[in-house]
Amino acid sequence: MAEFWTVDFVPLTAASLAALACALVGNLLILTRRAMAADALSHSVVPGVVVAVALTGLTGSVVVLAGGLVAAFAASGLVAFLTRVGRVEPGAALGIVFTSFFAFGILMLEWTGLSHTGFDIHHVVTGYLEGLIWVTGDGGENLSLFQKLATLPQVVTELALVLVLVSAILFAFRKELALLAFDPVFARATGLPVGLLEAALLTATALACTAAFKSVGVVLAVAMIVCPPATARLLTTRLSQQFALSAVIALGSVLVGYVAAVAGPGLFGSPLALNAAGTIGATAGLALVAAAALRARA
Amino acid sequence: MDRFLADLLRVLTFDAGFNTSVVMLGSAALGCAAGAAGTFAMLRGRTLVSDAVAHATLPGIAGAFLVAALIGRQPREAGWLMGGAAIAAFLSLAAIEWLGRRPKVGPDTATAAVLACGFGLGLALMSLVQTLTVGRQAGLETLLFGSAAGMLPGEAYAMAALAALVLLVIGAVLKELSAVAFDPDFALTAGLPVARLDALVALVCAVVVVAALPIAGFVLAVALVVIPPAAARFWSDRAGIVVSIAAAIGAVSAFSGAALSAVLSDTPTGPAIVLVAAAIFTMSLLFGRARGLVAGRA
Amino acid sequence: MLARTPPDAMPVAARTHVRDRLVVEGLSVSYRGVPALIDVTWSAPATGLTAIVGPNGAGKSTLIKAILGLVPSTGRITVGGRPFDEARDITAYVPQRASVDWDFPATALDVVLQGMVRETGWFRAYGKARRDRALSLLDRVGLADLSGRQIGQMSGGQQQRVFLARGLARDARILFLDEPLAGVDAASERIILDVFDALERDGRLVICVHHDLGTVAERFRDVLVLNKKVIAAGPTGEAFTPQVLARAYGVPLAV
Repeated sequence: MAEFWTVDFVPLTAASLAALACALVGNLLILTRRAMAADALSHSVVPGVVVAVALTGLTGSVVVLAGGLVAAFAASGLVAFLTRVGRVEPGAALGIVFTSFFAFGILMLEWTGLSHTGFDIHHVVTGYLEGLIWVTGDGGENLSLFQKLATLPQVVTELALVLVLVSAILFAFRKELALLAFDPVFARATGLPVGLLEAALLTATALACTAAFKSVGVVLAVAMIVCPPATARLLTTRLSQQFALSAVIALGSVLVGYVAAVAGPGLFGSPLALNAAGTIGATAGLALVAAAALRARA
Repeated sequence: MDRFLADLLRVLTFDAGFNTSVVMLGSAALGCAAGAAGTFAMLRGRTLVSDAVAHATLPGIAGAFLVAALIGRQPREAGWLMGGAAIAAFLSLAAIEWLGRRPKVGPDTATAAVLACGFGLGLALMSLVQTLTVGRQAGLETLLFGSAAGMLPGEAYAMAALAALVLLVIGAVLKELSAVAFDPDFALTAGLPVARLDALVALVCAVVVVAALPIAGFVLAVALVVIPPAAARFWSDRAGIVVSIAAAIGAVSAFSGAALSAVLSDTPTGPAIVLVAAAIFTMSLLFGRARGLVAGRA
Repeated sequence: MLARTPPDAMPVAARTHVRDRLVVEGLSVSYRGVPALIDVTWSAPATGLTAIVGPNGAGKSTLIKAILGLVPSTGRITVGGRPFDEARDITAYVPQRASVDWDFPATALDVVLQGMVRETGWFRAYGKARRDRALSLLDRVGLADLSGRQIGQMSGGQQQRVFLARGLARDARILFLDEPLAGVDAASERIILDVFDALERDGRLVICVHHDLGTVAERFRDVLVLNKKVIAAGPTGEAFTPQVLARAYGVPLAV
C-alpha cells in the first residue's frame, strides 16, 4: 500500500471512469440489440485516432477524440450503406467494416512508424492499465496539491472529460433516447428528429470507446458496454434503476477485478500481477452469468 | 518497388523456400474452407458468433499453455494449444446459447459478452503465462494479429487438414444446409433437423476460426468467414454457386495476404489478408453480376 | 367502468380546425420495386370513426405509415391544404402491438408519458402535472391500478389499452390506429370502443386499420376499402357493399 498513489491510483481511476462512461451508454445499446455493433464501433475508432495523430503530429485529447468520432461516423455510415443499398446481411456488414477499419489502423500504425513512439497497438487490444504510473503520486512533497494533480497522466483528464460529455448527452436526451430505444416507429410518428438522436447516441458511444481504448483497451470497453447493463437489466424492470445499477456493477467490477489482478497471485505466493483490464472484464462477465443463473431459478 | 515486385513474384511462384510455400498453401486451403463455412453462417444471419468464438479461445490457449508448462511439455509441438482453443471454442458456443436464450439478454448481447469477457479472462491468464515460462513463449503478440511467417510446417499441415475436413463436412450436407438457409420454415416442415444443422454450421465456423488464429489473429480471424461470403453474394443468387465463389475468394485472400505479409516488412498477416479481402469485396459490391451496384441485374 | 365516458370538454383549438381535412392525392409506395400502394387518392371525413379494410397485403398498414411519413412514398398528403408534416402535432399514432420489445424496462406509466415527449420539450423532465395527466389517461382506459406494472407483464388487451392511452396523451385531432382490436379480450374491446365513441362525440377523427369485416358496419361510420388501389370509400352504408368487397377480395363474400 506504500505506493498506492504512484502505482494503483491512476489505473483504478482510469478504469473506473472508462467503465462508467461505457456502461452508461451501454444501457441504451443493449436495449436495442446493438452490443455487437458497439464491439464493431470500438474497433473502428482505432484507425481514426491513428490517422489523426499521424496527420497532425499531436497526441492531445481533442485530436484523439475528434479522430475517433470521425472514424465512428464513417464506419456507421458505411454499415448503413452496405445494409440498405448493398443489401448485405447486417451482421456481415458490421464484420466487414470493423475488420477492414481495424486492419487499416494496424497497418497505418506500423507503416507510419507511430508504433515505435509509444502508441502500441497491442495495448489497444490488451489494455495497459499497468503502464499508467503517477510519478509524483507518493513523493513530490514540495508540490502543492494543485501542482501534483497537474502531473496526472493525460488519460485521466481525458476520461473524466469524456465521462462528463457522455453523461451530459444521455441526461439531456433521456426522455427522447428512451422512447427511441423502446419504439422507434412511434418516435418518428410523433415528430422526434430520430436521425439527430441517433447521431447523439453514436457520438456518446464513440467518445466512450475512443477514450477507453488507449487506457483500458478495446476489449474491456466492450465488456463494460455490455456486461454491467445486461446484468442490471436482469435485476430490474425500471430504466432509471437499470442505469443506476449498471453504474454500481461497473464500479464494483473494476474494484474486484483490479484487486484480483494485483493481490490474487499473492495468495498463491506469487509476486506477479495479472493483466488488470482482463480480470476486470472477466469479473463483469461473472456478474452477468451469476445474475442470469439467479434469474433462471427465481 | 522493383525489389518488392521481384520478391512478390518469388513468393507467389513458390520460390521463397519450402516453409513459406507450405504456409501459403495451408492458408489458401483454410481461406477456401472459411469462405464455404461462412456462407451458411451469413445466410442464417449468424456471422458474428465466429468473432466471439475467436476471441474466447484465448483462455483455452493460455490454460493449455499453463497445464503443459506445469507438467513439463512443449505446448506448441504437442498440439496442446489447438486442443485448448477447441475446448474454449466449444464452451463459448455453449455459453452464447445459454445466455442468449434468456429474453432479457438475447443472442446479440450474449455474443458480445462472451467475446469481451472470454478474451478478458484469456488476457489475465496470458499475463501469467508470459511471466511464468522459460523457453518458447506462447507468442501473444503474434497471435493477436497473426503471423504466417512464424508458423511451423507441421502447423500448416494441420491447418490444411482441418480445412479439408471442413470442406468434406460441408460437401456432405450441402443440399440440407442450402435448404435451411433458403427457407428454414420449409426445411423444418420437410423434416430437416434445422437446429442441429445450425449448430453444425456454428461448429464448423468455430473450427475454421480456431485454425485461422495463427495466420489471421484473434481480432481479424472472423474476417475470413465474413468477407468472402458477403462478396460472393453479389455474384449469384444461388446458394451452391455463392458457396463456391466464397471459397475461391477466401482462398485468394488468404493466399495473397500471406504472400504480401511475407514480402512487406512491418506487415502482420491478419491485416494483409483483411485488406485483400476488402478490396475483392469492394469490386464485388460494384461489379457483381447478381446484386452489384453498377453491373447487377436488380 | 363499462359505462359510457361523458364527452370531454373539447379544446377550442380542435374545434376551429374541423375544416382541416386530411387529403391523400396520388400516393404510391413500393418495396424493392414491388408496388404496395398504387395511386391512392382519398379524402378522409372531417370527424368520426373510419375503418380501413382490405385483404392481407392490401397495404392497409402501409397507407397509415405512408401518411405518417414512416415509409417513403410519392404523392401529396395534406391537412387543410398544408403539408402533413406541419400538422403532425395534431395527429397521434397507435402502432400494431407486436412491434416492440415487451421485456423493455418500462412501466405502463412510462409508456403513456412517451406520448407527451414533444409537448414537454427538450431537456425538461415530464414533471408532476403530466404524470397526473398520464395517470388519469390510464384511468380512462381502466388501468389506473396497473400504472407501475412492467408492460410485458400485462395481457394483450391491457397492452393495447396502454398504447391507446399513449396515443390519447398527444391530445390529437386525428388518430391513426393499426389493428387496435386484434387479439384483445372482450373487456378491453369494450373499453377501447367506448373511448372511440367519446372521441367521435368530441369531434375527432379516428382512422383504424380493421380486420374483422363482420363488425365494420356496426362500429364505423365511414370506410375505405383498399386493395393496393382504392376500391371504394365513403359512408359505410354506401361504400361497404357485397359488390365492393367482391372486387376487393376477389371472391364473393357475404356481409
